[in-house]
Amino acid sequence: MNTIVKYITLDLIKNKIIIIYTLLLGVISFSVLSIDSNSSKGLLSLLNITLLFVPIISILFATIYFFNSSEFIELLLSQPVKRKTVLLAEYSGLSTALCAAYAVGIGIPTIILTPSPAALVLLVSGLLLTLSFTALALLVFVLFKDKTKGIGASIIISLFLSLLFDGLLLIFIYSFGEYPIEKPILGIIALNPIDLARILMLLQLDVAVLMGYSGALFKKFLGSMAGSVYAIICMMLWVIVPLLLSVKIFRKKDL
Amino acid sequence: MIKLTEVTKSFGKFKALDNISLTLGKGQAISLLGPNGSGKTTLIKSILGLVIPEAGTITVNGLQVNNNWAYRSHIGYMPQIGRYPDNMTIVQVLNMIKELRSDKHVYDEELIDSLGLRKIQDKTMRSLSGGTRQKVSACLAFLFSPDVFILDEPTAGLDPLSSEILQSKIAQERNKGKLILITSHVLSDLEDITSHILYLQDGKMMFHKTVEDLQNITGELKLSKIVASLMQEADVHKSFQHEHDS
Repeated sequence: MNTIVKYITLDLIKNKIIIIYTLLLGVISFSVLSIDSNSSKGLLSLLNITLLFVPIISILFATIYFFNSSEFIELLLSQPVKRKTVLLAEYSGLSTALCAAYAVGIGIPTIILTPSPAALVLLVSGLLLTLSFTALALLVFVLFKDKTKGIGASIIISLFLSLLFDGLLLIFIYSFGEYPIEKPILGIIALNPIDLARILMLLQLDVAVLMGYSGALFKKFLGSMAGSVYAIICMMLWVIVPLLLSVKIFRKKDL
Repeated sequence: MIKLTEVTKSFGKFKALDNISLTLGKGQAISLLGPNGSGKTTLIKSILGLVIPEAGTITVNGLQVNNNWAYRSHIGYMPQIGRYPDNMTIVQVLNMIKELRSDKHVYDEELIDSLGLRKIQDKTMRSLSGGTRQKVSACLAFLFSPDVFILDEPTAGLDPLSSEILQSKIAQERNKGKLILITSHVLSDLEDITSHILYLQDGKMMFHKTVEDLQNITGELKLSKIVASLMQEADVHKSFQHEHDS
């Protein structure tokens, strides 16, 4: 498995899109952080950029990459290796490259310019987002045979989680506002990795109460520490569950 | 060496393989022929474990294909379309597969030299033409001197000289007593290699005979003529059946 991961990563760090993605993140974080003297504000802007770009770029790039690799995956599978090994190696190679891009583009500038625990949390939440959306792309890859349909599904998933989900949550809160719905909402938020990343960061910046209903809920019911742990565990599940499902489906898939 | 028993595979309503039983032995070079969509690639992929049949069993060297992966160390596979990660170089692809097969340390690199890949080994896969990529696939299939070769359209896209080199390599391996399963639409390329012909149509096995037998049956000497006359016969047979049915 390590062999495949190594060569895939070597291939991807020479990939133009990965290089441009890294540079773009780097330029954005340097400019945002040097404009504002208030580091907390700068980190918030970077958080919004992360929440907007990381999910869609990770899932789209990964989906296209997996579908383009399907012939290569077949070739690897004609060697005496397990299906699980090949699939997880493809995932590990790609997620290593995307995580490296994020760590270099956002992580290094923030840690140099505003060294703080909050900068570290931003890095962790961005990396977890990358991992979970790459895992979702893998799931799309094993579920669909057709590349176009797969890309469509990925776009729908990322739009649903980044735009539609919050709208639906708001409707839910408005409709059931007279009932004690705080606890169910904590559960519902766990269904969206983007919300989890946002909350993780906001708890750290101590602006949770200012940043809407769900942040305030987390602060009130779980406190900063327990809230952060809860968010991180849920985000890890968003990585592990799609991966396990993909491996299970891929075992029976016709290539 | 390869044994299929009542193998059936369908995609939805379409039966790609319909109750196929056959045995392929050592030293044979079997040409797998049939019209487009007759199940040739599905048959190959089932042997490789890439497609999972819903019924029947396949064994390679006595090992069940089902949920097993170790048997594939006996197989060298050359796919119809070879696509590789864009920024890998030829030498990286070769090294990667070598590292992956830590069980073998002796490599057959004859084709790498004779197909002239050594000179361009630092070029990236993206910059290669289709034919050159095909050459890389060929080198990978022959790299570990396996007992079984499965070659899907090996000479399609190769220039005449390279095609000739590859054909003589295949013949050389057959003479060593290896099993070779080959599909191609370029029948003249198969002429000197083939010992048996396996003909598929609509997922059914029409016949599996030695070339000599077929020469006797049809009275033709050239492979293309033999196949043409057999295909015609099969068509006549089929249309007759249709009339009969209606």
